[in-house]
Amino acid sequence: MRILDFLLGRRRAAAPTAGIAKERLQIVLSHERASRDAPSFLPALQRDLLAVIGKYVAIKEEFLRVNFARRSDNSVLEINVTFDPTAMRPPPPAGEVRTASPQPAARFAPPRRKSAGKKR
Amino acid sequence: MAGKVVVLTSGKGGVGKTTSAAAIAAGLALRGHRTVVIDFDVGLRNLDLIMGCERRVVFDFINVINGDAKLNQALIRDKRIDNLYVFPTSQTRDKDALKRDGVARVIDELKQNFDYIICDSPAGIEHGALTALYFADSAIIVTNPEVSSVRDSDRIIGLLASKSRRAERNEKPVAEHLLLTRYSAERVARGEMLTVEDVKEILSIPLLGIIPESETVLRASNTGTPVILDTESPAGRAYDDAVARLLGETRELRFLLPQRRNIFRAIFGRA
Repeated sequence: MRILDFLLGRRRAAAPTAGIAKERLQIVLSHERASRDAPSFLPALQRDLLAVIGKYVAIKEEFLRVNFARRSDNSVLEINVTFDPTAMRPPPPAGEVRTASPQPAARFAPPRRKSAGKKR
Repeated sequence: MAGKVVVLTSGKGGVGKTTSAAAIAAGLALRGHRTVVIDFDVGLRNLDLIMGCERRVVFDFINVINGDAKLNQALIRDKRIDNLYVFPTSQTRDKDALKRDGVARVIDELKQNFDYIICDSPAGIEHGALTALYFADSAIIVTNPEVSSVRDSDRIIGLLASKSRRAERNEKPVAEHLLLTRYSAERVARGEMLTVEDVKEILSIPLLGIIPESETVLRASNTGTPVILDTESPAGRAYDDAVARLLGETRELRFLLPQRRNIFRAIFGRA
């Protein structure tokens, strides 16, 4: 068979898989590098954000994503919150909110939006 | 004189750290640089076997750290190459015996007496590997063109940037060099193996050399000869190129294309 393959200039066919390897590596390493470069306050920040947002919207921990990316000239802190629009809590008592920050209270006040909520 | 500390590291085991450390140390010594190669793999001593001096080990790294032996009692002078010394590690202790201040003292003393201190790191990212990379001025990241090796190399590059002495002291970062080993131009041509460009792009560190997969590497380790001494061997010649580049020379990359198939080999089925 090898003689025949050789004479006919044939190669045993094998699916090229190097491209798959490269793609998988690029994806997994981009995630790993992001968490490696992350500042140490990130988990605490995530916990605090969860507490604050939780006052207004019922969210689960896995729907809050805090990512940190270091670039050559700046760094980006990306906060991603996904929640179910039906899970919005009634706004907290007016006085309490106003002392903290009046702006969010106005924004979160009814009428409730029915559209899917994805905020950045 | 203050010698330069070069660590060979990879994260993953079995990629060719010790083979490369032996070859590069021998290559530097052949070019007239006073060179010592240190085995940091406490408990799994192997550099002595690769260098062919396993029967001449009397004292080791841990003995010197603990003050039980002097440095010149533990260093083994290579019988083939002038200016080359092997510093074996302990086979009976564990890696915790590498106390950082003790290692620092030994490295400082070696720096007074050698141009190059080549540190052969153990695999992993535990104490032994971190101690091996801690003192480095430059690092040779030994990588196979294979997913787990590339991922582990990336991890080690991260550790060099955060856990080395240079990083801790905010000095100029450790100079990083990629050494791609067990490279098969044939398999790359068939799309079965990551190309050198792929690995360079993913790890984004400068390339020191490509060592082709070669049966001469096993022959060299069988006989305890650094493979660079086999000047007929593609791997030996590729290590010679890598050493030249480490010293700042420019050398074209070789062994990137499949070798022409010999008609008799093709017929009789021996690749």
